[in-house]
Formats: sequence, C-alpha cells, structure tokens
Amino acid sequence: AALAQLQLAVPVAVVFAPGSVPGDLPKPLPFRDVQEMEISLNLRASVTSRYEMVCRSTTAQEEAALAAATAQEADAALHPLQDTTVGSLTIYVLPETSPLLPQGVSVYVGKHRSALLRAVGSLAGLRALLRQLTQLMSFTAGSIATALADRVPEGQLSPDARRRLKSSLGYEITFSLLNPDPKSHAVTWDIEDAVNRYVQPVLDKLSLVANFSVDSQILYYAVLGVTPRFDKESSSFLLSAHSLPHVINPVEARLGSSAASLYPVLNFLLYVPERSHSPLYIQDKDGAPVSTNAFHSPRWGGIMVYNVEAPASPPTSLPLHVDVDMVRVMEVFLAQLRLLFGLSQEEVPPEFLLESPGNEGLADWELDRLLWAHTVENIATVSTTLTSLAQLLDKIGNIVIKDDVASEVYRAVASAQSAVAELATGHLQSAFQASKEAVTSSERAFFDPSLLHLLYFPDDQKFAIYIPLFLPMAVPILLSLAKIVREARQRKKEPTKVD
Amino acid sequence: VCTSRFWFNYRHVANTLSVYRSVKRLGIPDSHIVLMLADDMACNPRNPKPATVFSHKNMELNVYGDDVEVDYRSYEVTVENFLRVLTGRIPPSTPRSKRLLSDDRSNILIYMTGHGGNGFLKFQDSEEITNVELADAFEQMWQKKRYNELLFIIDTCQGASMYERFYSPNIMALASSQVGEDSLSHQPDLGIGVHLMDRYTFYVLEFLEEIHPASQTNMNDLFQVCPKSLCVSTPGHRTDLFRRDPQNVLITDFFGSVRKVEITTETISLNSDVAGFESKLPKDELATESLKYAEQLPVAQIIHQKPKQKDWHPPGGFILGLWALIIMVFFKTYGIKHMKHVF
Repeated sequence: AALAQLQLAVPVAVVFAPGSVPGDLPKPLPFRDVQEMEISLNLRASVTSRYEMVCRSTTAQEEAALAAATAQEADAALHPLQDTTVGSLTIYVLPETSPLLPQGVSVYVGKHRSALLRAVGSLAGLRALLRQLTQLMSFTAGSIATALADRVPEGQLSPDARRRLKSSLGYEITFSLLNPDPKSHAVTWDIEDAVNRYVQPVLDKLSLVANFSVDSQILYYAVLGVTPRFDKESSSFLLSAHSLPHVINPVEARLGSSAASLYPVLNFLLYVPERSHSPLYIQDKDGAPVSTNAFHSPRWGGIMVYNVEAPASPPTSLPLHVDVDMVRVMEVFLAQLRLLFGLSQEEVPPEFLLESPGNEGLADWELDRLLWAHTVENIATVSTTLTSLAQLLDKIGNIVIKDDVASEVYRAVASAQSAVAELATGHLQSAFQASKEAVTSSERAFFDPSLLHLLYFPDDQKFAIYIPLFLPMAVPILLSLAKIVREARQRKKEPTKVD
Repeated sequence: VCTSRFWFNYRHVANTLSVYRSVKRLGIPDSHIVLMLADDMACNPRNPKPATVFSHKNMELNVYGDDVEVDYRSYEVTVENFLRVLTGRIPPSTPRSKRLLSDDRSNILIYMTGHGGNGFLKFQDSEEITNVELADAFEQMWQKKRYNELLFIIDTCQGASMYERFYSPNIMALASSQVGEDSLSHQPDLGIGVHLMDRYTFYVLEFLEEIHPASQTNMNDLFQVCPKSLCVSTPGHRTDLFRRDPQNVLITDFFGSVRKVEITTETISLNSDVAGFESKLPKDELATESLKYAEQLPVAQIIHQKPKQKDWHPPGGFILGLWALIIMVFFKTYGIKHMKHVF
C-alpha cells in the first residue's frame, strides 16, 4: 500500500546564462516549476516522479566560472558554487554560440552533480532535453522498474536490469590470482598496493551505499574447466564465447567463498594461462578477440585472462618471473565492478558528453542513481516482508511473538514511513539511510528463529494428540468423581430424613 | 536429504550420495549444496567394506569418495533443521555452509528419500514431516523470494502424496510412486547384505550419467525415466504450478549450473601516478605477538584435577510427586493412626 503512493522528488536548479534565455518562457526568471510524471509498474503499483525545478539566471560568480576555457574547467569552477546535497541536480543552460561545448555535443555532464547544456532554440526542445538529462542523472522509468524487478514479469527486463546486484547492507569483494602452471610462471602481484591505490577510492565513494570488505588470495593449480582451441592463423589459443559459462563452476569450488561473511560475494579472478596454452584470448560471438580479455557474470563477479609476454629467446631457466601490471588489471576489474552494480553507459544519447570520473570510479550523479534505485528497492522489500510476516502470524493464531521481534517490526514500519516521507521531499541521503534501517529491522523480524511455524501447534492438532491419550484414562476418574458427588449428596440428605 | 538411519536403510544413503555426485559432476559446487545425511553407513561396524558406500552390485563406484561434504549429519537431520534451512529462520551462529543463501534468481533442487506414507515422510524414525508443512515452508520461501524455480524429487513409498498440497508458484515435482503404491528397491548385494539402491533413483541416475553441462535435454525426458515395467511403481509428476512449459526447461537448469556471462567491453581509465598518495593503513598498528601453536589439551592439568564437588539439590518435580503419591496411597490404605509405628 505504501508503494502505490511512492513519490520521488528531485530538486533541480536550472540556471540560465546570459544570452541563453529562450524568448517564450511562460514566466519571468526566477520561478519554480514542478513536473510530475507517473511511472506505472503494473496494474496496482505506480511511482510518481516530481522534478522540482527552480529556474533562475546566473550570478556574477557563476558567469566568471563559465568563462573558462574548457567545459571541464568550468565544471570544476562551478562545483563550489552549487548545492551539492545528495540527490539534487544543477543544470547550466548556455547560449547556442557558447564555445565551451565542442561541436556536435549539446550536453556536457560533469562528474559531480551538474551539467552544461546548450540551448537549442525553442522552449519545447529545451524542455525535452532537460527531461532527458534529468532522467539520465537521477532515475528513469526503466531503472525504477528494474529496482522493483521481482514485481515485474521477467520477460520485460533488459540485460542491464538482470545484471544488477540486489541491494544489500554490505558486499565482500575477493580478488583471486589463479596460476595453473607454477612450474613455468612465478607470478607475483602487488595486490595490497593496487587495492589501496585504485580500489579503495572507488569503495570509499560507494561507502554511502554499503559496507565493503576486500580480501585476496592466490590459488595454484587451479585450471579452467574448458580446453581452449588452438587457432593457427593467429597462433594463439582461443576460448569461444559459448564455452565461457562452463568456466566458472570448476573454479568456484576452490574459491573458498563459503568461508566469507554472509554478505554477497563478488569474485574477481585473474587467470594466468599455462605456458602451453599461451597466449589465450577470449573470442566474442563474432569470432574477434576481445580487447579486454575479460568477461563477467551477473551477481557473481568477473574473470580476466592475463597473458604473459613470451620472451624473445627461449628462457634458460623456468619458472619465469611475472610481475602483473596492476593498472591494466584494475581498469578492467573496476569497470566490471561498475557494470555489476548496474552503472553502464549504454543509455546515453550520442550528443551527450560525459566527463570521466577518473580514479574515483564513478560520478556523483551515478552514485545518486544507485541510491535512488536501492532506496526504492529497499522500501519494496520492506513492504513485502512485513506483509508476508503478517500473513504468517494470522495463519497461526497462537504463535508467540517475542518483545524484540515486535519492536523490530515497529521500527521497520517507522523507518519505512520516514523513508517514503523523505523521498517525497527530495532528501535522498536520509531516505536511503532510513530505508536501510527499515530493511535491517524487517529482515531481523522475519527471520527470527522463534517464528518457525513448526513449533506452534494449531489447536486442532493439540486435541488430536492429547484426546486419545487422556480420554481413556479420564473415564474412570470422571466416573468416580461423579460417584463421590452422589454419595456426598446422599449423606447430606440422610440425617434430615432419618430423624 | 536422506531421512533415515540404521544399517538396513543403506539404500537411502546410497541414493542421496549418488544424486549428490551427479549434481557435483554437472558443476554445482559444495558451497551451493546442503547435504543432510545420517552418515552412519561408511563407518558402520556392519559394513564389510569400511569407508565406502556403493551404489551398484558390481562395486564400481564408491559414492562416498574423498570429497563428500555433509552439512547436517546424524542427529542434526531433523524436521526442525530442515524447515529452518528452507525458510531461513536459522540461529545467527549457524555457519555459512549450513545455510540456504538463495535469492530470487536461484533455481533450487530438493531431493528427499527415506520412508514415507500417505501425506508424510518419516525423519530418522522419530518424527515426521507432513505435506502441509512442506507446502507452507515453500510458500514462506516464495513470499520471501528465496527461489526462482524449484524442482522437488522424492523417492519414498507413496511419494506423490507429498506434492499434492503445494500451492506456491514455480514448483515442479517428481515422485517415485503414487498414493497407495510402494517404491521398491533395486537389487540386494550379497557381499554387503543390504539393498544398495532404490529403483527410481537408479534409473534417474542412469539418465543423468548421459547429461553433461552443455546438454540440451529437457524435463519431459526426465518424466519418462523409469516406466512401470522397470520400476514396478508408477512415477508421477506435477507441473501445473510451473510457469514455463516443461519442454523448455533444461535438465541443467536444476541439476547443473550454467551461468549467464557477458563479455566485458568497457574499461575505465585510471591515473596510475597518483601524486600525493597516502597509504590508508593505520599508522598506529599495535605490535602483535608472533603466533604460536596453542596447547589444545592441557593434559597435565586434567590428570591432577580433583573431582569437582557437585552441589546437592533437593529432588524436584517428578521424584517428589512419585514419593507423595506413594505416601498418600500408604496412608489411605492403612490409616493415619499407623504413622507413629513408622517413626
């Protein structure tokens, strides 16, 4: 029921630079405009999105910042002047003749929460472009639908959607180096340094979303389950695309993921092929070797094949020492991590230019996208969990609900309500925290060990078990009690009769 | 799940272990298998070939092998633990290997064998699980999105009664015999002295031996396994709750594990010389003492320990009631004036 009225509010500031104001604006600047759109998921549930736009013209400082040479510098200069709360957006509309945006590009999306847009003449065109941009940077109907994926029939999900990890309180990331041929290759990788340098900044950025823990291991004599084919033309070994699904399982048994925590585990494997199978390339469906030499599996992780450079002359002594180039490896692994979280760049229209987020791994607005999706997913999960818990408790009338289970349920309901309220007012960060608390409480209440229905007999079972045992025993007791009562009554009557 | 114990139920353990092996061969790792066995066959004093469990008279295949990972063994195989694993209502101290950590995209295969009757399955000779409880457990799993599709196979007498009461969507069920029929065992082995396997599971395993991870065989073939001429009982199946047509369901959807993979085509660009990079390690790490082997059994202390004085507790409950009853009967019979003769 709470979901049917879910409102997602996004505060957007649209700032018009001088010379970019379209002639046919309905009201003079500054003004507020609210655009509401309904995203219907199925017959019963729908989500309303509200874009609260504040349209104003630039201040003097902003104009100075916009006078920079490139879009990137302008964005960096504008960053301290913006409202940077989580979930908000700032869009600067530039005149058509502005030199900041290169030719053919009408929108430049920065790595924080702002974008530069080139005014395209009419108001209607501007409105359409604004809507596209705001949807890209916050959420689209598609991304909300995928967040609630278990309520939508499966056939309608895009591959992007199926790839997404479920929202969880934490994730465990494991980096594994697989060396099937230690006699030929002595592989070392400086994983600790690589994790601190490249992975940790990304995880710090994502720390708002969940807790992360990272570990790494090296596995020897771990082979892929598939034998690669030798290709004479390129004199290399090839793994075809349709044999890739069978690679993971034989390795998984040795990964030790069962010893890790209860959080979902993401495995990133680096495979150094044997000397007899080098170099090894992964083929895509068309038969061309893949440039990254890597593939990933949704909700599981990714595998990359690292080919050792063949030395010019045959080596005098095996094993060869191999020092893994961690930058190349981490570029692929972090890209896979982004894809596993559902942050891909497929839906971006061609005239949009996205600034690269650099070592941080993801832009602020991509983080916002994740937060919107996870918050909606959490609220949906809480409502289904609590509904099903209520159904269970109705069915078994005499189940005992401990005090802490009851308090968890109350807390879950209160947090969910506050999350919905915060979403409707546009405070994304507090809404997300509230939704996380709601999920924790509802899961704790639902999975409490005392709620096993087996432990609570319905009344008819009690009668069925105890009556055959006690009825025969009870018959002589009841009869003798009746006899005692009759005798007592007779004795009481006799003295009155006798005298 | 093997729900029986004792030597003469050898065939149930062999059934379960053979299915476990097939499933492992087709790719499912131990971390994704919950195996519940009484596990009293291989090391049973009555086993003429210790540390082995065979599934066929010719002793070709030792299904016990070297890498069997039993998650719930011996007295831990109870109805309560089984339901806790299914519904997830497990005490927080349970290790990860004993939990069913499935989500809404998992396909689950449940194989149960043992002694059963019309509407119930006997667990270890002391308790039963009814078909209603099982159906309720599956409904709890569905509501909490703990499975995408579920295949339930049961090899017991009157097995079809166990799946009659299911009402949650996406469940397909197979049973070795209908209500009123008994499932029979395959063949006795004179060397070991017991029946080694049940017929239905034997033919299912023959069928599974031909499946490899990339095979495209579908469920309809599995339904045809073990016709009445071979099995003597009539195997049954139930597909009305299943959303897809069984023709389109691959065997490897449940018995093996074929993951969806995608080629990674994007990379991000990293700046490798991060100037001014500080190490994130805590600077004030405490010096930990080097680890040494801990004494596990302080034998010296145990040998010289005096026996602990146990405190005397007054007799409680039952004993007290019994004595009260005896004394009451005595005085009712003989009258209270005799009390002075007692003391």
